[in-house]
Amino acid sequence: MAHRNGLKPVERALRIAAALLSSQYAYMLEYRAEIALWALSGVLPLIMLAVWQGSAGAAAAGLNPQGLGRYFLAAFVVRQFSVVWLIHVFEEDALQGKLSPQLLQPLQPLWRYLAAHVAEQATRVPFVALMLAAVLVLKPGLLWLPSAGQLLLGIVAIQAAFVLRFLLQTLVAMLCFWSERAAALDRLLLIPYLFLSGLVAPLESFPPAVRRLAECTPFPAMVSFPAKLLAGESVDVAGGFLNLALWCAVLFPLSRLLWQAGVRRYSAMGA
Amino acid sequence: MAQRLRRYGRTLLSFWATSLEAELEYQLNLVIELLAVLGNLAGSLFVLVLLAGPSGQLGGWSWNSALVVLGIYTLLDGFTSCVLQPNLSKIVSHVQNGTLDFVLLKPIDSQFWLSTRSFSPWGLPGVIAGLALIGWALVHNGEALSAGGMALAVALLVAGGLILYSLWFLLAGLSIWFVKVWNATEVLRYTLVAGRYPISAYPPALRLVFTLVLPVAFLTTVPAEALLGRASAAWALGSLAAAAISLVGTRLFWQFALRHYTSASS
Repeated sequence: MAHRNGLKPVERALRIAAALLSSQYAYMLEYRAEIALWALSGVLPLIMLAVWQGSAGAAAAGLNPQGLGRYFLAAFVVRQFSVVWLIHVFEEDALQGKLSPQLLQPLQPLWRYLAAHVAEQATRVPFVALMLAAVLVLKPGLLWLPSAGQLLLGIVAIQAAFVLRFLLQTLVAMLCFWSERAAALDRLLLIPYLFLSGLVAPLESFPPAVRRLAECTPFPAMVSFPAKLLAGESVDVAGGFLNLALWCAVLFPLSRLLWQAGVRRYSAMGA
Repeated sequence: MAQRLRRYGRTLLSFWATSLEAELEYQLNLVIELLAVLGNLAGSLFVLVLLAGPSGQLGGWSWNSALVVLGIYTLLDGFTSCVLQPNLSKIVSHVQNGTLDFVLLKPIDSQFWLSTRSFSPWGLPGVIAGLALIGWALVHNGEALSAGGMALAVALLVAGGLILYSLWFLLAGLSIWFVKVWNATEVLRYTLVAGRYPISAYPPALRLVFTLVLPVAFLTTVPAEALLGRASAAWALGSLAAAAISLVGTRLFWQFALRHYTSASS
């Protein structure tokens, strides 16, 4: 079947990816005003930076102002490009039956959502650049240029963190097949993400026991690791990527299983 | 006038009774909201411990007084989930779908209807947790509050709530012109997070922003100072004036907006 139209599987996948990405990008461009506002709502790391810089806790944890500035600015960028909103659209699509036509297509519907997220990230680029420029005009001291290697590794790590977050949210989104308000569960998932990922406080400032506990969860890999890479702090690069890969390897088969079980239950709207 | 007030009071009661009935269909939500409030509170306390460090101070505020600020933030966040979010976030879809027409035809003030039609009980855990935290911190702070001080603190809290309402209403009402700004209130919610900490914890330039542009200072810091018995007359007056101005402002804004409302094109 895959050889239909005389296309090799790789060629077919590339074609589908190109079509999905370009159509979703065009769609996202329509919503630039909204996306600009979403980008603006990601200011939390910058607010936290302002509090941390004047706090007694930073000095006690041995964090210098310059390092803090770089870390939170990097965390801001990481957060901007690893936003996942799958569950909110998926809930609506599942409840209103919009998922049904997608199930008829010879393509796993989740790919479409993934492409939408990637396209949204591309739409965000100018807004994030503008916000960074504003920060640097106000605080020129924060400026630093990561080396090409750091930048490349940082971007790969951000994308890996994004995939991990996407997989984790897919797990919760699959509960939409069983419950009408699965999106409420995402609120719970957001709490450990907020406090254990390093988004509001660098992991160095945690008490050792809490830090070890946090590092047993997937959350530090989602913000702390990519942010440190970008900020040029010394991190265990191989260990960090291995950690990300392992978590993805755990979550991917789980989400597949839940998808299969869920679709069997799915009866469009009115069930 | 008294009759009019009674009519609005009765309407409000039946609005909220019907919303409660509808919302109680989803009882699992209560468990989720309880967990979310407790988790958020634990996380905020943890970060506050980290920020205060061994000195136990943040921006010149002692640990217990910083807790009062966090308590007020939690309280206002609960208020947002109870009343502001379920009502004002719907204005956009009313504009988009043209159902605002039906609201305008009702024999009741449209701003009142849009601001109070729904009540979500899922914000109540936040309200209760906020009140508990404020009470706990005040008892441990050890300074008795006079009756006059208490009245001032309550007045400033109400003023903070009104300022918050006005900000939400203003942003949500902008959808009359720009339908696409439906998530502007989300931006507001995420930037108001700054109110978790006393205003003096921020660098001077940001303090100015958080007082004049985004009045976070009036929402949490000023009522907290009154609760701690160290309200300054200038800040208290400023807060009450800001509340009065913003309330009158929303009224004028809504009248102006309605004159520009042309219903949804079909």
